[in-house]
Amino acid sequence: MTWLLPAVVAVPVLGAGLTIIVGRRLLLQRAIAVAGVSFVLGAAIALLISADTGAPVVTQVGGWAAPAGITLVADRFAAMILTVAAAMLFVVLFYAMAQLGRDALDWWFHAKYLVLMAGVALSLVTGDLFNLFVGFEIMLIASYVLLTVRTGPGEVRATISYVIINLVASALFLMVIAYDYTTTGTLNLADLATKMADVDPAVKSGLSMLTLVVFGIKAALFPLFMWLPDSYPTAPTPVTAIFAGLLTKVGVFVIIRTQTLLFSQDEPSTLLLFVAGATMTAGILGAIAQNDVKRILSFHIVSQIGYMMMGLGFLSVAGLAAAILFVSNQIIVKTGLFLVGGLVEAEHGTGALDRIGGLLHRRPLLAALFLPLALSLAGLPPFSGFIPKLALVQEGLALDRGLIVGISLAVSLLTLFSMTKIWGGVFWGEQTDAEKKAPPGMVGATALVVALSLAAVVFAGPIVGLAERAASDLIDPAIYAELVLGVGR
Amino acid sequence: MSLVMLTVAAILFSAGTYLILQRTLSRVIIGLGLISHGANLLIMLAGSGPANPPVIAGAEVPPIADPLPQAMVLTAIVITFGVTAFLLALALRSYLLTGTDAVEDDIEDRRIGRLGQSAEAGEAAT
Repeated sequence: MTWLLPAVVAVPVLGAGLTIIVGRRLLLQRAIAVAGVSFVLGAAIALLISADTGAPVVTQVGGWAAPAGITLVADRFAAMILTVAAAMLFVVLFYAMAQLGRDALDWWFHAKYLVLMAGVALSLVTGDLFNLFVGFEIMLIASYVLLTVRTGPGEVRATISYVIINLVASALFLMVIAYDYTTTGTLNLADLATKMADVDPAVKSGLSMLTLVVFGIKAALFPLFMWLPDSYPTAPTPVTAIFAGLLTKVGVFVIIRTQTLLFSQDEPSTLLLFVAGATMTAGILGAIAQNDVKRILSFHIVSQIGYMMMGLGFLSVAGLAAAILFVSNQIIVKTGLFLVGGLVEAEHGTGALDRIGGLLHRRPLLAALFLPLALSLAGLPPFSGFIPKLALVQEGLALDRGLIVGISLAVSLLTLFSMTKIWGGVFWGEQTDAEKKAPPGMVGATALVVALSLAAVVFAGPIVGLAERAASDLIDPAIYAELVLGVGR
Repeated sequence: MSLVMLTVAAILFSAGTYLILQRTLSRVIIGLGLISHGANLLIMLAGSGPANPPVIAGAEVPPIADPLPQAMVLTAIVITFGVTAFLLALALRSYLLTGTDAVEDDIEDRRIGRLGQSAEAGEAAT
């Protein structure tokens, strides 16, 4: 089983190389890409089952024992997010093949897509801070190139600011690594967790803040989110969908991992809760002011990140479980919403609300796909977004944090409002003529995402149980340290 | 850690920050280079004091330099190099498309700017 863990990173990279070697044979490229993504999905499920049955897979790369060597860990949290991420990468690949297939510019799309997948997988399973940097960079470099699939003025402008911001964040990340190494002499996360206990609290809070800023930029937290709504909407839909679903969530994953493992504390963190409330509010106010489907959805990404921070801010088992549920639910819902937005755009050539309308009569199928996802995003029962939101509110009230609960409920209402804005603009109103019909492959892939989101409600019981077990693993850093350091020796 | 080297890192960071805040893309890219050099220098400093020899087989010098930060800095330099090359290609593309070396305004900023201008024009007319 241990070979699966390095393989989730190695197979996509090898696949990317192969797609380049086979050259301009589209069918072969597609076969390699599908095989690579399916392998990772299968491996992720196997790792998740193994982690949940009490035998998490841990590998010491190259056989070097834990503190010196690089560790790869698939505990419940990592395996769960990896599974959801791989499922989305799988579905969006088919959507992309239906949409971009015949476009001559996209000969290397599959290679970039597989490299992105390798970066996401490495960032999720690595147990070493410098390796995490490498994983993030692989993911980001692939994302830079994917953003410039089309090199028009708009894409170049958006990508330049995106690259600059991420380079600055990477330099700050290197600073975090340097400071961590100076204070503790190790970069292995498990080893860091045990040694952080002896570090001077002032130094520790400095490190904690710097780490939060670095991943706050990557995860688009308030006030560091300004790059996101500017750069994401310019890319082709499959690319935006996968960015929206995955990239910021990997940032959130690392924030949850570092805050619980390295800088854990016993009581709710007022700072994190403040950031959570501000992120929600700023994101949703931005979304309300927009007038384009993809831009509205991009601001929603920011707003929803706030809820994940809220769950983390409680720093309790129930809060973390809600945050984990929220992350995995958002990956599905957000990807799905962008895919529906892409369908509308593919048929009309624009996503501007004032230039389209009346889709409810002409394309009732699109409306049927959009509605459950939109209501899930707003957190209405019985859709999948309701369960994590309910858990957040309950935990907030149990911990006597009424203000953040109030903000989160108000933001939920505003989310519903901005969804009705899309609904009113796109699906109601005067009927407009479409240029063409979206290929059935795109509609089918979107339907699969909707089905997954609905399945998350049907199987809510086991999923909530899994998230609670993952959260109780996270709350005690000793469990992770035991897992990594105990196996290596 | 040596104070001199820390000061050098601080100067690299401040000069880089100044350059990144400029409007010209070529200066921004040079600024990014300086900032990542500063970060690399910090990692080197994390390893050992100045003038400690590297690990040599059979050497009996007690304070030897930690090889790990050197390996990490190599990786970081390669990554920054690759991304900077990509950014330069983008900057060239942007120059070919727009004819200037400046970072362009955000779409929303431009929209708000136009709103402001039309509001001023409206006031002037009345």
